[in-house]
Amino acid sequence: MKKTGAQIVWDVLEQESVDTVFGYPGGAILPVYDALLDSRIHHVLVRHEQGAAHMADGYARASGRVGVAMATSGPGATNLVTGIATAMLDSSPTVFITGQVPSTAIGKDAFQETDITGVTLPITKHNFLVTKTDEIAPTLRQAFEIARSGRPGPVLVDITKDAQQEECEYKRNEMPVEICDRSPRRPIVESDVARAAEILSSAKRPLILAGRGVMLSGSMELLNDFVERTRIPVAMTLLGIGSFPATHPLNLGMMGMHGEAWVNQAIQNADVLLAIGMRFDDRVVGDPKNFAPSAQKIHLEIDPSEIDKMVKVDVALVGNLYESLEALSPRVHCGDISDWHRTITNVKGDSAVRDIQQLPDSGHLYTAHVISDLWNLTEGKALVTTDVGQHQMWEAQYYKHDHARKLITSGGLGTMGFALPAAIGAKFAKPEEEVWVVCGDGGFQMTAAELSTCAQEKIKINVAIINNGYLGMVRQWQEFFYDKRYAATPMQNPDFMKLAEAHGLLGLRVEKRAEIEEAVGRARAASGSVVVDFRVEKEDTVYPMVPPGKDIQSMIRRPVSELVTKEEG
Amino acid sequence: MTSEARPHTFVVLVEDRPGVLDRVASLFRRRAYNIESLAVGHTDREGVSHITVVMNADDRTARLVEANLYKVVNVLEVRDVSNVPSLVRDLALIKVRVDHQRRSEVMQVAEVFRARVVDVGPEALIFEITGTEDKINRLVEVLQPFGILEMARTGVVAMARAVAEEKVLEGVS
Repeated sequence: MKKTGAQIVWDVLEQESVDTVFGYPGGAILPVYDALLDSRIHHVLVRHEQGAAHMADGYARASGRVGVAMATSGPGATNLVTGIATAMLDSSPTVFITGQVPSTAIGKDAFQETDITGVTLPITKHNFLVTKTDEIAPTLRQAFEIARSGRPGPVLVDITKDAQQEECEYKRNEMPVEICDRSPRRPIVESDVARAAEILSSAKRPLILAGRGVMLSGSMELLNDFVERTRIPVAMTLLGIGSFPATHPLNLGMMGMHGEAWVNQAIQNADVLLAIGMRFDDRVVGDPKNFAPSAQKIHLEIDPSEIDKMVKVDVALVGNLYESLEALSPRVHCGDISDWHRTITNVKGDSAVRDIQQLPDSGHLYTAHVISDLWNLTEGKALVTTDVGQHQMWEAQYYKHDHARKLITSGGLGTMGFALPAAIGAKFAKPEEEVWVVCGDGGFQMTAAELSTCAQEKIKINVAIINNGYLGMVRQWQEFFYDKRYAATPMQNPDFMKLAEAHGLLGLRVEKRAEIEEAVGRARAASGSVVVDFRVEKEDTVYPMVPPGKDIQSMIRRPVSELVTKEEG
Repeated sequence: MTSEARPHTFVVLVEDRPGVLDRVASLFRRRAYNIESLAVGHTDREGVSHITVVMNADDRTARLVEANLYKVVNVLEVRDVSNVPSLVRDLALIKVRVDHQRRSEVMQVAEVFRARVVDVGPEALIFEITGTEDKINRLVEVLQPFGILEMARTGVVAMARAVAEEKVLEGVS
């Protein structure tokens, strides 16, 4: 059967079970868009290609399937870049398809020509330039395989316009021929498993560090069984939230720069750390030389290049996490670690009194209360997306996610403007989920145009803008490390209620804690997307905080006196 | 394993496709690994190119380089041959200024290093020398006083010795 390259693109996507593509048309991708009308796939027209990239990413993170975004050459392709880099750092399986100028025009500085494979080389797992029609199908199939196999990541396929237009002989259902991952396949090394099991079994103060890899490998139940049997407490990375139920008594919470004090103290005092699918990010370890100095470290990880990258470990089990944990789990027999549990409980008690959540309603609106109430009102079941910054940390601290893939946040790249488009992508992947965007007033405005996409697509998501009139986290750093010189952080914002209304959406405003319940209720009951403008305390600060590069026990804590003053004031 | 930096020589077999050298070089740049020497050429297999990269690194970094190289989709095989008996060769073309009086003197010096004269002009000679970097450096040193007009070196190519196969396999397991 003869088909054009453009028809082949959609046919391969259908075979890859793609149901939604997020994109924006333009000259060099027009043939593919023309063929879209004959395809079963739903196309979501975004307002900026960065939105398309984050939507594909959000779709992938919510579903575990490959997310797909599409753009034209030149500016269309370069607008994807932030989204591609976001997907790269958080190992999100995504495929980006871009149109390219005709092969005869390449290298001639043609209209809307950009060397996008060159531009995205360091921020993709792999990329391709396709100049021949008969290479489209095998390349796309390989792209999907690379995106989802091993440690997942973004793959870009750049297709010249002539390759889209020309016809070739095409057969459906051909499988990709090439195996992508050629690293020496190491079966799990028996002696390493034995050593890891021995170290864990003799541990007095063991701790599990759970990362996103737990979810990527589908090892949540396995981890749960392991913890139930061994009673080893769990700390989570930001992206590991959801890998183990947040309300489980053995889940200590998030670690790192804004991790709860007791979590970081537990890490520093542990004698054995079992790191599962996490990469010892600098926001987790602070100063790598003083990270858990007395602990023996065991690392379960799929990517060999993560072993010893940040922190030197004693035993590494490299390979599929599920297989590693399955091999290790039955061989671990922990002794009595109830002393360790008691130690942690004591530290926890000390921290809790400083917890802002203990405060009665003082008339001020604190983000901690907003998030905590949102958690209660949605019964902890919502799928939440966030940007980066203060609101992100508060979300991680106060919304307790018991299930995997319910928090979608830009961790590694820390991308502002991620949350809204990621939520749209997540909603398409999981239409039955209640989806909430939690973002700051700064980040929201970076991709706010996607509200228009919500309206056009008639999808229902709720946007909680944590509006403090500042670029809050940057302001916080200025407060701590730049002598409160607030350079370029105060923001004059538009009226977000009116902005929502201009899109034909419901806009709400909350200024007191007492108003949260009603607003959240109205937002949930509305049939369309809703924007809630939470006017929170302007100069609130995320505590605790480990100053960058310091050991994770050097935490700046919320001064008790400050709470009292604010309560009274 | 040592934590001291020392030269590591990687033999990398890659698919012979446009842009592959870019991917490998970009990896070194992106991870802030400093390349000492880089040489690319064909192998006995069609569609497979041979890249030799030399860098100064401690053993932990060298292992990370190897692991990262394997993440480049077009990379077929990586060997750190500094851990096994291996042959390392550099090639240099050296143009030396000589007048009639000193011509035979220069040629004698070169002969000691088994450098060949590949071109003779009225006021200059071109030598070709193959060997370890060290050997070539020493020749350069002794030719310097005569006046080196120009030099081009290929960068080293490397290969594990035939007897070392088993050890190589041990090295990666």
